[in-house]
Amino acid sequence: MSKAPQKHKGDPETTGHSWDGIEEFNNPLPRWWVWVFYACIVWAIGYSIAYPAWPGVKSATAGLLGWSTRANVQKEIDAVAEANAAINERLVSAELTEIAADPELNSYAVSAGSAVFKTWCAQCHGSGAAGAKGYPNLLDDDWLWGGNIEDIHATISHGVRNEDDGDARYSQMPAFGRDELLAGDEIDQVVNYVMSLSGTPQDAAQVEAGAVVFADNCAACHMDDGTGDRTQGAPNLTDAIWLYGGDFDTLKETVTNSRFGVMPAWGLRLSEDQIRAAAIYVHQLGGGE
Amino acid sequence: MSNTLKLIALGLITLFSAMAINYARDLAYMVHAAIILLVAGGLFLYTLRRTGDPTPAIPQNEYFDSVVRAGVIATAFWGVVGFLVGTFIAFQLAFPQLNFDWLSGFGNFGRLRPLHTSAVIFAFGGNALIATSFYVVQRTSAARLWGGNLGWFVFWGYQLFIVLAATGYLLGATQSKEYAEPEWYVDWWLTIVWVAYLAAFLGTIIKRKEPHIYVANWFYLSFIVTVAMLHVVNNISIPISIWGSRSVQVMSGVQDAMTQWWYGHNAVGFFLTAGFLGMMYYFIPKQAERPVFSYKLSIIHFWALIFIYIWAGPHHLHYTALPDWASTLGMVFSIVLWMPSWGGMINGLMTLSGAWDKLRTDPVIRMMVISVGFYGMSTFEGPMMSIRAVNSLSHYTDWTIGHVHSGALGWNGMITFGALYFLVPVLWKRERLYSLQMVSWHFWLATIGIVLYAASMWVTGIMEGLMWREVDANGFLVNSFADTVAAKFPMYVVRGLGGVLYLTGGLVMVYNLWMTVKRAPAKEASLATTVPAE
Repeated sequence: MSKAPQKHKGDPETTGHSWDGIEEFNNPLPRWWVWVFYACIVWAIGYSIAYPAWPGVKSATAGLLGWSTRANVQKEIDAVAEANAAINERLVSAELTEIAADPELNSYAVSAGSAVFKTWCAQCHGSGAAGAKGYPNLLDDDWLWGGNIEDIHATISHGVRNEDDGDARYSQMPAFGRDELLAGDEIDQVVNYVMSLSGTPQDAAQVEAGAVVFADNCAACHMDDGTGDRTQGAPNLTDAIWLYGGDFDTLKETVTNSRFGVMPAWGLRLSEDQIRAAAIYVHQLGGGE
Repeated sequence: MSNTLKLIALGLITLFSAMAINYARDLAYMVHAAIILLVAGGLFLYTLRRTGDPTPAIPQNEYFDSVVRAGVIATAFWGVVGFLVGTFIAFQLAFPQLNFDWLSGFGNFGRLRPLHTSAVIFAFGGNALIATSFYVVQRTSAARLWGGNLGWFVFWGYQLFIVLAATGYLLGATQSKEYAEPEWYVDWWLTIVWVAYLAAFLGTIIKRKEPHIYVANWFYLSFIVTVAMLHVVNNISIPISIWGSRSVQVMSGVQDAMTQWWYGHNAVGFFLTAGFLGMMYYFIPKQAERPVFSYKLSIIHFWALIFIYIWAGPHHLHYTALPDWASTLGMVFSIVLWMPSWGGMINGLMTLSGAWDKLRTDPVIRMMVISVGFYGMSTFEGPMMSIRAVNSLSHYTDWTIGHVHSGALGWNGMITFGALYFLVPVLWKRERLYSLQMVSWHFWLATIGIVLYAASMWVTGIMEGLMWREVDANGFLVNSFADTVAAKFPMYVVRGLGGVLYLTGGLVMVYNLWMTVKRAPAKEASLATTVPAE
């Protein structure tokens, strides 16, 4: 394999060694390479004098420009906070119900609320607020705990069924199957009845018996006609909008084991202006009352 | 006598593994103990049966090529595995439904991602480096590999490391450090194998018959020594129990992060750059049949590269808890690194001056040239991305992924393919490759694959970077994270297709190499191939 390298006329000198047939030309360093290398080194020295760079025993050189990542980002945050200070003050002090009538304030609140929503709420409710299984759709006009601006504000502030905020929205549906409050066939009957309220039951023959079970066990919260009760977050069962699903198996699972959806109390984490902005944002998505 | 010692050692390991299976605190550890039990037990029986047989003499006048042949096969095999897993997880990102329920817990994206990175870097790249370094150091030292059968220990020991690492990822044994995921006992094993590798390589250089050490060997040696140091320091941890895979890192917080990226960046610098430059410095002049462009350049860029690379790690931690001064130094050294990196590109490309016509006729040369081209592009892009202002846009985005892949697929992949196309006819004593046409196909499949990959990642990377920082007139964020993910979908599909092309090219290569061994006309043995002498 030790084929000698092909040589051409005018080739430069080699270094005189050969390894397994490989030789090396004695070419000088390309000038442009050397000069760019030097330029990078000179720039590096200058840059490291201008910016914090060289470590000592206890601290490092601060650099001539006084540059600092933390100070810079603080400056940017402060600038935005200062620019928004006046309108933010108005947002906090205004009557919630009157904000929509003030175009300037409303548009500010919507853009602020949109950012809050996309940062804190989108994980569960979706970036478009359309919700997901177990997480309510905020675009429609079906509300579990009320859809006017004050209700929405209260829900965001205190959350739902969390243990952090004493004012959290709270209610709990009994686990009718797991706790043996209803027998298996009674559950099938009531599920068929509930399905009949907004569509077609799986087994029409059971609807009549289900109505009796419903009246005895469910009507206290979901009301006699099944339209629900917002004061206790009991869903409307007649509108064909389902938080967990309206098919037979899902409803049976709901009646058997109950559900216990939780939402954090954002008042403990976000400022009042952020919560108000989020409430305005959600309210104007389409279903606000 | 040595057989007795070997039997005692293997017997003890077997016994210990059996105990480890019994006391194992987690599944990964138990499976690993079982693997080690099988390997050690099997070797014990094999050694026992052969006790008393005459030991076959090692032919000192021949190069140790059987281990290189095994390395070539392992390189091709792990390459295809790594490309396949990579292509699959690329589609998992585009279509999350591919994280099937039945894969959950071992085959979801989170488990497969380290399997892909380790398979391509350590299994494909590592085997390529070990095999070519064994080949090159013997040829350029005119000496047989030092240490008798030590080469086989290195080869099989390294394969065992790969199997333990890969199964560990799938079963959830990970210390969660990128590119250093294997747990403590796998790290210990790799350390032993690596020291043996260093001994075999250095021993060969010491007993060389050439007066000078060829430049490729400087690069290989710097790679072996530095990786040993990086591996040991970054993996200092205390096992929670000797019967379990979990361990606790000794360093914590920003110190741990800095150590990790000192390691991570130099895994790129010494594993994927210095080691592969060693490959480049042998196979390009051989294939081009031209002398290396400049000896002076090779010396200067070698020392500059290894001195400067080691300081560049902090650029992975811009705008984090890392102090500003460390971040500045990382960036400054990264920029100074630009020219030393390009020294290798110049030497590679200029070696072809006077042989440019070969680009038309020899697709293997074409492969090597484009690999050096991607090397130059990546080593320009890297310093650019280390600039803080650029990094504030590019960090955490797909741009980084695109950058890594233009280096890994373009530079490391292509130069390895070139080396394999050179080595297989030599090692199996064939006149030529089975089909140059297929090499051409491989070249174009791989090149178009890389272009699709890198271009789509530039687009998504810059797009998501801009979307993340987009604010409205009042200074409020405009996009949610999920919005940026949704926007990337079409480019994720393009990236997956790039992977399919690259994988297809790899399969074409494997077929071509296989047929070369099977079908290509044999070459008559000449003394020069078998005798390690001047």
